[in-house]
Amino acid sequence: MERPRWAPDGLDLDRPSVARVYDYYLGGSHNFAVDREFAEQVIGQMPNVPELTRQNRGFLRRAVRDLARAGVEQFVDLGSGIPTVGNVHDVAQEINPAARVAYVDWDPVAVAHGQAILEDNPRTAVIGADLRDPAAVFAQPAVSALIDPAKPTAVLLIAVLHFVPDEEKPADLVAAIAGLLAPGSYIAISHASPEKEESVLDRAATLYRQTASPVTTRSPAEIAALFGDLEMLDPGVVRTPLWRPDFPDELGPEAAAYPGCAGVARVG
Amino acid sequence: MTAPSAQEIARRWVRAVAETSYIAIDRPSLTERLAVRVTTLLGLLAGDGTDWSPAREIGTALVASHFTSTDALTGTLDVLGTDLSAYADATGRADRLRRMLHELAAGYADALRERTLSEQERIHTAVIRARAEAEQARWDSEARFKAVFADAAIGIGIGDLSGRILEVNQALCEMLGYSVEELRGLKAADFTHPADDPEVWAQLGELFAGRTDHFRVQKAYYRRDGEEIWTDLVVSLIRAQDGTPRFAVGMVEDVTDRHRLLTQLEYQATHDPLTGLPNRTVFYDRLAEVLGDQEPGAAVGVCFLDLDGFKMINDTLGHDAGDALLRTVAQRLHDGLAAPDRLVARMGGDEFVVLIAPGAGADVLAAIAEAALAIVRRPVQVDGHSLAVSASIGVVVRNAVTTTAAELMKAADTTLYWAKSDGRDRWAMFDPHRHAQAVGRYRLSAQLPRAIEEDQFLLDYQPLVRLEDGALVGVEALVRWRHPEHGLLRPDRFIEMAELSGHIGRLGRWVLREACRQAARWRAADPDWQPLVSVNLSVRQVAHASIVDEVRDVLAETGMEPGSLQLELTESALMATKGEPLSTLHRLADLGVRIAIDDFGTGYSNLAYLSRLPIHALKLAGPFVAALRRPTGPDESDVEILSTLVHLAHTLKLTVTAEEVETAAQAELLAGLGCDLGQGWHFGMPVAGGEILRLRHPAN
Repeated sequence: MERPRWAPDGLDLDRPSVARVYDYYLGGSHNFAVDREFAEQVIGQMPNVPELTRQNRGFLRRAVRDLARAGVEQFVDLGSGIPTVGNVHDVAQEINPAARVAYVDWDPVAVAHGQAILEDNPRTAVIGADLRDPAAVFAQPAVSALIDPAKPTAVLLIAVLHFVPDEEKPADLVAAIAGLLAPGSYIAISHASPEKEESVLDRAATLYRQTASPVTTRSPAEIAALFGDLEMLDPGVVRTPLWRPDFPDELGPEAAAYPGCAGVARVG
Repeated sequence: MTAPSAQEIARRWVRAVAETSYIAIDRPSLTERLAVRVTTLLGLLAGDGTDWSPAREIGTALVASHFTSTDALTGTLDVLGTDLSAYADATGRADRLRRMLHELAAGYADALRERTLSEQERIHTAVIRARAEAEQARWDSEARFKAVFADAAIGIGIGDLSGRILEVNQALCEMLGYSVEELRGLKAADFTHPADDPEVWAQLGELFAGRTDHFRVQKAYYRRDGEEIWTDLVVSLIRAQDGTPRFAVGMVEDVTDRHRLLTQLEYQATHDPLTGLPNRTVFYDRLAEVLGDQEPGAAVGVCFLDLDGFKMINDTLGHDAGDALLRTVAQRLHDGLAAPDRLVARMGGDEFVVLIAPGAGADVLAAIAEAALAIVRRPVQVDGHSLAVSASIGVVVRNAVTTTAAELMKAADTTLYWAKSDGRDRWAMFDPHRHAQAVGRYRLSAQLPRAIEEDQFLLDYQPLVRLEDGALVGVEALVRWRHPEHGLLRPDRFIEMAELSGHIGRLGRWVLREACRQAARWRAADPDWQPLVSVNLSVRQVAHASIVDEVRDVLAETGMEPGSLQLELTESALMATKGEPLSTLHRLADLGVRIAIDDFGTGYSNLAYLSRLPIHALKLAGPFVAALRRPTGPDESDVEILSTLVHLAHTLKLTVTAEEVETAAQAELLAGLGCDLGQGWHFGMPVAGGEILRLRHPAN
């Protein structure tokens, strides 16, 4: 007789994982054949994906750097993936060694990996949770041990909200997150966004239907709407490379055609 | 040849590699770091050493800085090879340059291999760790579930999507009286119960189909031993990871005790504890329900039933007997009349009601009322007594759309009162005309006290004539109301309600005083005449002992001989006098006042009682006298009855007055029978006081 099972096994190595594919784009080897095959398919559709990924990573670095310099000591990276290089704690703790970072992802392998490599860093934590229930995320003991809800916190939603479809109301999710944060907190978002009507991004996005995380691309206006009525930091929601570039002079025309947008807003 | 600028080479190097990989530092810092590396390489190139490890380390460092794309290596070799070859050639060190770049590439390759292997190992370790954690989580979850499942106080059953039971816990087994093995393999549908809401099975279908995730119902089960239990049942759907429905879990809490209590409380709230009939709450709820049914033309009817003389049964046989009677009557009414469209309820006391809807028509209601009367008339055995009771019923039919519960019940109450006052043991149908009259009487009643104050009453006097010689020996005072709107009203329009409202006391006093004053005026005008003045007295007046003082005062005030005042009481009023009123009557008689029985022969004439009452006169009711006026001439038996009555009265030393004498023939016949006095049209209509003396002296 078949017996009911009460816990999901949660590990499906037969499907590509968004976190491991991202690692591959960044030149990492924390991935398996299934991930690399998938990544190469995407690269076949959109050869500059690794470059785009690096740009996105660059936004993360610049945003964390600016917020750490602005005095934020607490960071929560929702949908952090596999921390490969240039992670939030690397950037933040270089500026302020007291900075604390919680990484949150729902990929159990990413979480296990993160926990293994960050075991010795007491100011970081890696939590397996679903960012779509932010109250539950913040209620996790490992998070609340690290993040004081009464103090300003930077919540990072880097290349993750395009995995939340419209029917799950991503704007409400952002508002719910903002509702959990102390005044002076920040929310940073980067998000896939077609640069023109017929974008290769959309073709690449359809490939993600094979993963557990199909992609919903959004226009810059739709991405700006995700912030609701939060107060945007300059320069607002812009193509990702254009968000506070290190060397504006070195930006080529391709920066304005980047298939993604980013922005940072202040809470309260 | 001077060595090339390390700074410039570093700048070109950065340009060659920056785009190949993600770098966590900015370009100036990178340029600075690479310049240091270029300096190292220049030193190595210019020297003679055979230790190439510095070149290897630079390859290793590139990987460590995350230049993991092979484009980074080719870019590096390209920049360094190009920028350093001129210098190397010029200084004869082309071999050293080649060797140095080989070493750098080998260092890079070794480091990249190391890094790849280590990252692969890490990710595999992570998988193992994640798997172990998931396994642990599942084991914990299963262990928790097993503990909950096995030890829960509530019954839990797990079934597949066909409703087949797969697993049950001990609590459920005990609840239902089956063993685990017996329950496994049974189906949810095997536990249908007649009380099941059909919704339960529909909801279960929705759940199996994955359209709902859980539902909660109250459900009854039969235990294996046949006993019924009531449960609070929550059924939840278990889905597979991809969302398809897999299992249904039922959590069953035994709430039989609570259910019984609630059922009992509900029964108590809606049933009369004495008779078990639905109570007035239920009646009014149902009434509101049928009145809310706005179907045009829908009729709603009630039979409002009240037992006749129930108080007497309670008073004489005791409350237990009364209760027993009520229980029997209630049961019989219910058995005989209750139907899906007919609610029999107890309103309280000895009042019952039958609510008929829909389909209430006057004929239907009449039949039900008749049936109810017949049911109540059946003798009831209580404590060895066979009690014969009757009931009065008010019947009302109304349009459900236009009436209200309050209107309907007020009409039912009024109609019940009519049935009572019409003589009990009957039903009355609400009659708007009669109701309007009653309302009119009520209005008059309300105006009465003011009318007395404003002197709207007056007296007329009807001659009383001695039949023997036709002499005017007295008058009967008759009250009239000169109503500002309705004109002159005769006593039949207002005396009864004056009695009911209690105003009769004041009105009676006024009549008595006015009549005596009038007599005084007559005596003053005609001192030889001592007229007998007859005044009507109501039951209520006799009931008050103060009437004796009032009469004495009036006599004194007007100087009237007590023997000249006659107080008339109706037969029924007299027969009802017992106790205090009877003694009042005796004291009145002791004053020397004459007492007459009015309308003798219309009620239940207890002749034996007459002799014990302090009375002086009988007034024969109109019908006796009218009998003498048949077109065919007086019937012998009528004459005989009259003769006997007159003889009887005289035996009791009572004078006899014939009322409603309308012809000379009647007068003659009555005189012949020995009747003493007569009154009626033949002798004179009631007239104002001033007119009377003219009748005494017609010549004048």
